[in-house]
Amino acid sequence: MTVITGVTCPVCGTFCDDIELVVKDNVITDVRNACAMGAAKFLNYATHRGLKPLVRKNGELVEASIDEAVKKAAEILADASYPILYGWSSTSCEATRVGLELAEEVGGVIDNTSTVCHGPSILSIHDVGISSCTLGQLRHRADLVFYWASNPWDAHPRHIERYTMFSEGRFQKSTWRSYVSRLRGFMSRKRLQRAANLVLRRDIFAAPEVKRRIPYSMFQKKRKMVVVDVRKTRTAEAADYFIQVEPNKDYELLQAFRRLIRDGELDVDEVAGVPVEILEEVADVMVGCELGVLFFGVGLTMSEGKLRNIDAALSLTRDLNLRTKFLIMPMRGHYNVTGANVVFTWQTGYPYAVDFSQGYPRYNPGETSVVDILNRDEADAGLIIASDPVAHFPRKAAQNLVKNPLIAIDPEITPTTLMADVVFPSTFVGIETEGTAYRMDHVPLPLKKIVEPPKTCLPDAEILQRILHKIRKLRRNVN
Amino acid sequence: MDIAIKDGKIVEKVGEKKAEVVDASGMIVMPGGVDIHCHIAGAEVNSGRLLRPEDHFKDVEVKTALTRSGVGYSIPSTFTTGYRYSRMGYTTVMNPSMPPLEARHTHEELDDTPMVDKATYPLLGDWWFVLEHLRDGLIEECAAHIAWMMTATKGYAIKIVNPGGLEAWGFGRNVNSLDDSVPYFNITPREIIRGLCKVNKLLNLPHTIHVHTNNLGKPGNYVTALETMKCVEDLAEENRPAIHVTHVQFCAFKGSDWQTMSSGAEEIAKYVNHHNHVTLDMGQVIFTDTTTMTADGPFQYGLYNLTGNKWVNHDVETETTAGIVPFRYKRKSAVHATQWSIGLELALLIKDPWKIYMTTDHPNGGPFTAYPNIIAWLMSQVARKKTMSRISKRAKRKSLLPSVDRELSFYEIAIVTRAGQAKALGLTQKGHLGVGADADVAIYDVNPEQVDPSKKYRTARKAFKRAAYTIKGGEIVVKDGQIVRPVFGKTFWLDVKTSLPMEINDDLKRKFREYWTVEYENYPIPDRFLHVPAPIPVKAEV
Repeated sequence: MTVITGVTCPVCGTFCDDIELVVKDNVITDVRNACAMGAAKFLNYATHRGLKPLVRKNGELVEASIDEAVKKAAEILADASYPILYGWSSTSCEATRVGLELAEEVGGVIDNTSTVCHGPSILSIHDVGISSCTLGQLRHRADLVFYWASNPWDAHPRHIERYTMFSEGRFQKSTWRSYVSRLRGFMSRKRLQRAANLVLRRDIFAAPEVKRRIPYSMFQKKRKMVVVDVRKTRTAEAADYFIQVEPNKDYELLQAFRRLIRDGELDVDEVAGVPVEILEEVADVMVGCELGVLFFGVGLTMSEGKLRNIDAALSLTRDLNLRTKFLIMPMRGHYNVTGANVVFTWQTGYPYAVDFSQGYPRYNPGETSVVDILNRDEADAGLIIASDPVAHFPRKAAQNLVKNPLIAIDPEITPTTLMADVVFPSTFVGIETEGTAYRMDHVPLPLKKIVEPPKTCLPDAEILQRILHKIRKLRRNVN
Repeated sequence: MDIAIKDGKIVEKVGEKKAEVVDASGMIVMPGGVDIHCHIAGAEVNSGRLLRPEDHFKDVEVKTALTRSGVGYSIPSTFTTGYRYSRMGYTTVMNPSMPPLEARHTHEELDDTPMVDKATYPLLGDWWFVLEHLRDGLIEECAAHIAWMMTATKGYAIKIVNPGGLEAWGFGRNVNSLDDSVPYFNITPREIIRGLCKVNKLLNLPHTIHVHTNNLGKPGNYVTALETMKCVEDLAEENRPAIHVTHVQFCAFKGSDWQTMSSGAEEIAKYVNHHNHVTLDMGQVIFTDTTTMTADGPFQYGLYNLTGNKWVNHDVETETTAGIVPFRYKRKSAVHATQWSIGLELALLIKDPWKIYMTTDHPNGGPFTAYPNIIAWLMSQVARKKTMSRISKRAKRKSLLPSVDRELSFYEIAIVTRAGQAKALGLTQKGHLGVGADADVAIYDVNPEQVDPSKKYRTARKAFKRAAYTIKGGEIVVKDGQIVRPVFGKTFWLDVKTSLPMEINDDLKRKFREYWTVEYENYPIPDRFLHVPAPIPVKAEV
């Protein structure tokens, strides 16, 4: 039995690196420090995995040797005139580097999952820029934390604990004690309420009136957390203040804040369902903080307005720097989606949706992004790695994807691998293969090899490397 | 005269019958170019690439049978960066600003930058360990930590940017002079610079401290630059340099505001001409559209306020900051034209070419591909006059350039573009063609006996744009300005050996956890992470 410390967790963008694993006979038997998502992955990763390469013959997926599968995949890509290579956010940067070379070699389009996630954030950064930081900076200094249209309590479970409210910094202290006492108060209030309702046989606290003031604690000199969302999530319950915004009205709210922090006046009673008096007080808190940060999630990038929402959020934080220090950060989903963007950018200049069909990198999201290409039915082959578009893409895009020859590289059995023509079961990066990945704040960390992979599974990077070699060999023979 | 090459090194002689012969008669043969300061890789540069798709649309490199494709004018993608340097005869390139926490990123990009040898300087001037140790006067402990950091991040030199100012920028503030106190740390920029200069000496590092001064880019800052050089005057030994003030053009402004801004080059040149403990690089400005990026967060925010352009800020916990703003240098702007003039004034007024080197602080003053233009300005008064005739009238009136008639010879150009830089960096095997040197050679198709660069500056400029041959590690990699053989370069890093290696005890681990959000074991980069690692052993005096 061995204990491995300092393991990075290949699940979400928080990318915790303090996981401890207990390994016995090449099996992970216990996980310490991880959240439920992380623990579940480390303990159950091997439950639904493929073990042998598969090739479709007469409509059936049959087992094949690795060389046979590589040959078939190479033929598909070499014959294609406009293949798409999609995925990349849940594998290592090393694999992505090979993937880019492969895309360039076959003159295809390479795209990562940002295209259906934080793509709009990137488009806005092109326009406005971004005032950001690494997460430790916030642990040490942030006294005002906004989570806007994101729900870290469920989606990035250790984010609050490691980097914001419940973390202990040099200049800012953890607020977990006050959270616990507030939670206790809340529970006893609820108990009283239930007792009162039982006695009186009616709901005495039924409709709380709309408050026209924010709580006093928001003006205290301590760490504060504000959640803006369309519904009261678990994160919102833990917050010092929750602003419920009407669906698809984030843009209005952000622009209202932009006006208020410049001491402007609003000529309406409420914006996005929130009274202006409240907004004025929150704006005062923003201006008065030592260092504020706004985390935003897919609720902002993929609701109405898309990149315009982010435009407003980026501009708001930029403008706030005239009055105090304010930073902003997208809550990235997959553990290495940031890394995929980073590697794409240094090799091609562009973060996603890169088209090599002209022999040099071209970038025009909407034209060169994978979903749009598939909707227009322009691609004639596909390679999907570490992603499951058949389950997640719009129906028409998925239909057009599986219509053409399809290669899937994935350790798990997914709808995409079931629909593919060539399937490579790969190793789990960060558990069976080492590599590099980037946390949501662009901090690169090592992915570790904990256990030996099954002999029939190869790492993503090696599979891609073999396909690339085979294609080059095929092309040399033709010439 | 023949130069013999064997196994990647320059040797006394080789068997002439078997050897491949490169006929360089009627051409200039120089050691491969060395660039002491250019931002080509890492978190900051990559954010710049991300910020500016418009920079890439207009400049693309198509994939060939030998080379990878790429894009970018002021911030080219990694492969393109390597190819373009090599085509100009450069073989060694130094990336000057690496946030230690994101060192892996820098090295991944350097690995994807082919054709050149490279190294990178970690930003250490505002690291909390440094601030605390220097505040408490613990120079030796500070040295031990820096030795560890140099090896952990695979770095090459101590980079200091706006000392104290970056820590202050954590809360949106800055420091304004060498004697301002850094908020919460009770230390001054002067103490940081002096402390790290002493540390540098204790560790016997091959390069000096590499300093980006306080108050960069502000009128009147030549005083700060002079004070920065003066503050380590007494720490210099004999005639050895103790400080490198980088992109000095940006800190040689006189005047009290942008209206009265003028050149402080004369004062700086006078000081440097009388002191031997300073080396400089130009940070020359080119009239073009470029992308400014430095670790100097407050400066970049100022630049954003000045221009209203898009702005990226990236603060790194416990260590440093960074900022990016696109920028266009205009001929007709009095300030920009004065900046152009200052760079050249400095290079020409400082008599000893071994003290000031040619850079643009790529991409801050302009892209490195403009080096041949600077060579032409340095070699020819006619070239200078020609550009001068097209710049802002006000800047022209104030410029010292018309009174300078110095023109650099080819020999001096070789010093400011390679020999001097290699010497300042302590890269003993680079920057010369003596026996034992690395076989990095650049051959330019211009005949110094026939071409007078002062008059025919265009011929010289053209030759320096496209090397006739670039030889890297004994292999011909470029011929007639085209890549004929792609090669990987080495990555130099300092393996600093201290007598008492820093002990990673529980106390330090705890401190590590408190200061950073990563575990101590995930921080250092293993040697095998680099594609071609080239450790340089250094024996420290602590």
